[in-house]
Amino acid sequence: MSKQEQIRTMDRVNATLKQRYGRERRFRRFGFFAVLLGLTFVGLMFLSIISKGYSAFQQTRILMDIEFTESIIDPAGEREYAVLSSANYAGLIKQSLRALYPEVKGRKEKRELYAIVSNGAPLVLREKVLADPALIGTRTQLWLPADDDIDMLIKGHIDRTVPESERRIKDNVVAWIEKLEADQKIEKFFNLTFLTGGDSREPELAGIGGAVMGSLYTLIITLLLSFPMGVAAAVYLEEFAPRNRWTDLVEVNINNLAAVPSIVFGLLGLAVFINFFGLPRSAPLVGGMVLTLMTLPTIIIASRAALKAVPPSIREAALGVGASKMQAVFHHVLPLSMPGMLTGTIIGMAQALGETAPLLMIGMVAFIVDIPGGAMDPATVLPVQIFLWADSPERAFMEKTSAAIMVLLGFLIVMNVLAVILRKRFERRW
Amino acid sequence: MLSVTPDTAIAVPASVIAAGFSPVADESRAINGTVGDITVADPRMTARNVNVYYGDKLAINNVSLDIGKNEVVAMIGPSGCGKSTFLRCLNRMNDTIDICRVEGEIRLDEQDIYDSSLDVVPLRAQVGMVFQKPNPFPKSIYDNVAYGPRIHGLTSSKSELDDIVEESLLKAGLWDEVKDRLDETGTGLSGGQQQRLCIARTIAVAPEVILMDEPCSALDPIATARVEELIDELREQYTIAIVTHSMQQAARVSQRTAYFHLGELVEVGKTDDIFTNPRHRLTEDYITGRFG
Ligand SMILES: Nc1ncnc2c1ncn2[C@@H]1O[C@H](COP(=O)(O)OP(=O)(O)OP(=O)(O)O)[C@@H](O)[C@H]1O
Ligand SMILES: [Mg+2]
Repeated sequence: MSKQEQIRTMDRVNATLKQRYGRERRFRRFGFFAVLLGLTFVGLMFLSIISKGYSAFQQTRILMDIEFTESIIDPAGEREYAVLSSANYAGLIKQSLRALYPEVKGRKEKRELYAIVSNGAPLVLREKVLADPALIGTRTQLWLPADDDIDMLIKGHIDRTVPESERRIKDNVVAWIEKLEADQKIEKFFNLTFLTGGDSREPELAGIGGAVMGSLYTLIITLLLSFPMGVAAAVYLEEFAPRNRWTDLVEVNINNLAAVPSIVFGLLGLAVFINFFGLPRSAPLVGGMVLTLMTLPTIIIASRAALKAVPPSIREAALGVGASKMQAVFHHVLPLSMPGMLTGTIIGMAQALGETAPLLMIGMVAFIVDIPGGAMDPATVLPVQIFLWADSPERAFMEKTSAAIMVLLGFLIVMNVLAVILRKRFERRW
Repeated sequence: MLSVTPDTAIAVPASVIAAGFSPVADESRAINGTVGDITVADPRMTARNVNVYYGDKLAINNVSLDIGKNEVVAMIGPSGCGKSTFLRCLNRMNDTIDICRVEGEIRLDEQDIYDSSLDVVPLRAQVGMVFQKPNPFPKSIYDNVAYGPRIHGLTSSKSELDDIVEESLLKAGLWDEVKDRLDETGTGLSGGQQQRLCIARTIAVAPEVILMDEPCSALDPIATARVEELIDELREQYTIAIVTHSMQQAARVSQRTAYFHLGELVEVGKTDDIFTNPRHRLTEDYITGRFG
């Protein structure tokens, strides 16, 4: 190349250089803003959910002087279980409230007074007495849960400054509460009920414990069914199946399945598992089976990708020293692709954990108070619980909804982090 | 340019003529258009009229070649001429490539290795292979070498296995470098060390025929010399086919040399003859460095 030509090349390069860098700068800025926008929305979402939901982790309780009057609990004095368990514990609370506010007289006012304590408070007393009948005849101070309206008032969700007619709580009730506040007899405590309790019509008694257990059983069933099946299918298709029109068809259909709307799987589950095989409605077993249908394609696709990522030279190395195909796959290929398969499985599980629609179809949307004890018990799952609470009119369920979303997101984040750690941990260089 | 001497006894590969080369006249026997004697007195493996297709593409065209007992056969030729493809036919490694189809007949001691009833597992234990690209398992150095003996149940005790691992690594010239870190992963070694590890892994199974695909392409001269020594040693008991791009190496280690060109076996003969007195123009051009 002559010197003159060289100079001309440099001129040309320099002429376009500015434009090239400009393009790069624009692209970078664009990408940066896209990421920023995404993060902003995620941040806003978290902010809104957390600001609405954090208060659900606290519960207002009232300190009450309870007299375990024998004539109310067990007039016969025989301490029989049947008598003790069906005694009028609400009467004890009413008695205590009347003593606290002797000035309350009218029937209507008394009803309002009794309503400041939760319907669940008598159950607390009942449990105490059943655990220790010697309490009868004694007097103790106990922190008992307040009604959800009082809870809202204490947490500031009900504004005391607006006119009485626009407020859920009347002036006289506010006055009683202010007296309790002055005496430091009303406090916010950590709300264990929310984490361990089952669902309830009373917001102050409702918890996600039942839904979490339901989700857990459902996911265990899903994992037990979908992981072995998915991995086996992927290994067979990728390593053993002949390449022909049939396997192509299978491949196309697996990809199609991954794109089927999840509610269709719910309908299928209803028709096949419940109506045809007669499995129980609302059971995590059926939920897990339906979610298995949904996650199987995800797991198969991820597992096949993981198997494909193992370089063929590893297979050749094993076959070259005389390993059978089975040995090459199980000694070398499968262990190497396991992290990828697990990552896919965890992501599939996370999807299944957040899935609502198919479970509605198989009856996991029922109002269930008891915490399920197994995969055959009626149950609901976390996202369905959120759906149910979001539908409830009470103000107190609003914060529960957000708090339940926080818990669900927490689980999802943990699972996704686990997937990332797995991927990082076992990432291999060849 | 297209001038085939009419009185020549050699059938010329079509592609060679098409490419415009003319063979060097010679009276000796030629089979399938190959110059030189493809047979040996005491063959271990015999390939006859082998065609290999990748899909529709013919990669090996009508190749016949014997590999004799206790002999090192070197396969040389320009890149892409099908040396690896032919080598991989000899232990049916091409089975792993879906689109690959092999025609013709390849025998190991009279046994047709492409017979449908033949089990490839014992075949590959008998005919070992060192691949062109080092491919250690991402496991420990020890496990890499011990893998073959383990799956074939060659040893009955841990100490026996230890001995095999040590012996194989010694023969491959890697022992001194790795004896203190046998439980480190094999993929953490340098490229040349990995290749020697793969050699050790292959010889740990004590195959009777060893196929080596450019075993020294990633090695320094010292390691290369070690491997060449190993080949010499192994020849006393084993049969070896080696693909190499180094003419010097072919000259040093092999007794016979086969020259491949565009999927055809152009010339084969005693290594000394091939390098001192090539009979085909293509062979001559290649070894004198005019192309390739
Ligand atoms: N897996 C494959 N699929 C399709 N074609 C292939 C495949 N492997 C090799 N080929 C083709 O077959 C021909 C011979 O390839 P081969 O690897 O045997 O060459 P080679 O002589 O070993 O070359 P090199 O010296 O570069 O290793 C080439 O044209 C190549 O493109
Ligand atoms: Mg090659």
